[in-house]
Amino acid sequence: MAASPQAPLLEPGQTYGSVTDKISGIVLTKNTPITWFIIFTCAFALLMMMLGSISWLLIKGIGVWGVNIPVGWGFAIVNFVWWIGIGHAGTLISAILFLLHQTWRNSINRFAEAMTLFAVACAGLFPLLHVGRPWRAYWLFPYPNTMSMWPQFRSPLMWDVFAVSTYATVSALFWFVGLVPDVAAMRDRAKNPIAQRFYGILAMGWRNSAKHWNVHDTASLLLAGLATPLVLSVHSVVSFDFAISIVPGWHTTIFPPYFVAGAIYSGFAMVLTLMIPFRKLYHMEALITERHIDNMAKVMLATGLMVAYGYLMEAILCWYNGSQYEVGMFFSRIKGPYWPAYWALILCNIVIPQVLWWKKNRLNTLVLWGVSIVVNIGMWLERFVIVVISLHRDFVPSSWGIYHPTFWDLSLFIGTMGFFLTLLFLFIRFIPAISIFETRHLLHESEHHKDGVHGS
Amino acid sequence: MVPDSPLYGLLAEFKGLDQLIQASEKMREKGYRRMDAYSPFPSEDLNEAIGHHTNPLAKFVFCGGLIGVISGFSMEYFASVIHYPWRIGGKPLNSWPAFIPIAYECMILGAALTAVFGMFILNGLPMHYHPVFNIPEFEKASKDGFFLSIEAQDKQFNLAETKAFLQSLGPVAVHEVPQ
Repeated sequence: MAASPQAPLLEPGQTYGSVTDKISGIVLTKNTPITWFIIFTCAFALLMMMLGSISWLLIKGIGVWGVNIPVGWGFAIVNFVWWIGIGHAGTLISAILFLLHQTWRNSINRFAEAMTLFAVACAGLFPLLHVGRPWRAYWLFPYPNTMSMWPQFRSPLMWDVFAVSTYATVSALFWFVGLVPDVAAMRDRAKNPIAQRFYGILAMGWRNSAKHWNVHDTASLLLAGLATPLVLSVHSVVSFDFAISIVPGWHTTIFPPYFVAGAIYSGFAMVLTLMIPFRKLYHMEALITERHIDNMAKVMLATGLMVAYGYLMEAILCWYNGSQYEVGMFFSRIKGPYWPAYWALILCNIVIPQVLWWKKNRLNTLVLWGVSIVVNIGMWLERFVIVVISLHRDFVPSSWGIYHPTFWDLSLFIGTMGFFLTLLFLFIRFIPAISIFETRHLLHESEHHKDGVHGS
Repeated sequence: MVPDSPLYGLLAEFKGLDQLIQASEKMREKGYRRMDAYSPFPSEDLNEAIGHHTNPLAKFVFCGGLIGVISGFSMEYFASVIHYPWRIGGKPLNSWPAFIPIAYECMILGAALTAVFGMFILNGLPMHYHPVFNIPEFEKASKDGFFLSIEAQDKQFNLAETKAFLQSLGPVAVHEVPQ
């Protein structure tokens, strides 16, 4: 972070009691904001649309989607990569920034981790449905079976199964471990007997004892150390789904780092898209300060530039390797039938986010919110460009074709946004969205280092 | 509390972390061992004062990761070389570079599961009943309360003396905790 005088991470005048009450108050209040009900209702309606789309898909089969040869990997894989990328910011915030002692992450990590979980849940749906017969999806896992068959462990698609299921498991566990002391606080604050039971059971008898904290600290540190290589490996493996093949536009070694940077880019964009309204709605300006917003915008800008470098290298390598198929694919990108997607991607991911160089724009939440949505769209387009443009024209012109997504492609995609928002709003309503104990710890540290919070 | 119920120990409440750390150190100097401190956030200094500053979790996690990677790779080797040999693209059956990603994910999974379940086991959780929860003030431990408990099982424990000593450390209050 810059060495300039820092804005505080917590507004002055907070005490251990006040931060605890403020955060647990969001959940334990009797007055849920009306906005919560409105958004939840809309999200729930979209979730129903998702279930409807899945039902129709299961009744009729994959034919209701626009996928066909040559484009066999349409929206399903685009959406899968998009959602899983969004999830990665949560792990970056909770694990990598934890290892780097970035204390500013404390007020946003719980929220971002929840986002990870829900995004992975949405992501997982797509390959599951894309296999065509989801009721046979367990064939992907190695298990003793009467057919005496094994999955093909040399296939990147198998690696993906292991990477994504490990990622989902570890993210959920890491999240729960961080949550235990906070649900214990909720247990102690709750007045309603059902709430007391609910949080009491989840808290597992946590007593805030020094012995508990000691082991808990070690476990958090180790899990952060494990989640960091995990998150990098997951998106690398996702990129191997493409890069191991020989399709022009996919067969390139830059994919793993470029996918990881893109994942973090889109993930931070999604954190901002969700965090800015949340902060406003629940008046969390004292805990999620301008400095958090500013830092997240800076991370977005930096990863955006890495992604821009990736685009540039893709173009240069097409020219450098001299393969006519690679060159043909590149020209098909910039002036083929899907040219608007490519240029919209450049506009959304490279051109517009440059406004974040100015501090005025980073601190203007409306501008930043707009940019974050633009980046979300841009990152979706990136995956569309990679999947669809590379597939629609391969080596033999006689096998070229155009992909048209159908209504059911779109309804399932928009439906998963409803699924995501439904889970997120249930989370905000029932679980402290900001880590209470880490905020108390931060308060303690800032009182003992009056010159500002260390480590930033 | 029921007058005749056996005593778990004493629970003293302190004003802040520094007072709690000082009190824990003094209790240890006096020879008390079976005690525990409670604070609303983790503190290294408190762990040291109370004598809980090491734990074996990291070693367990290392073993968990090792078991994970060995079993992951063995599974792939067994499937691809022994049980279901299937030659693809002229590659050797034991095409180990292609087995790395899955073995790696199994390592992370094994280590992470060990870290989480190891944490719960080492902390003796889940344990939904504990005598200290009998004291209504103890709910502050998850907000802004700092507590020190000393068990009646401790060799040095003597209700009157221990209580008097705790009182001399400047607590907000000292409670008798029933079993």
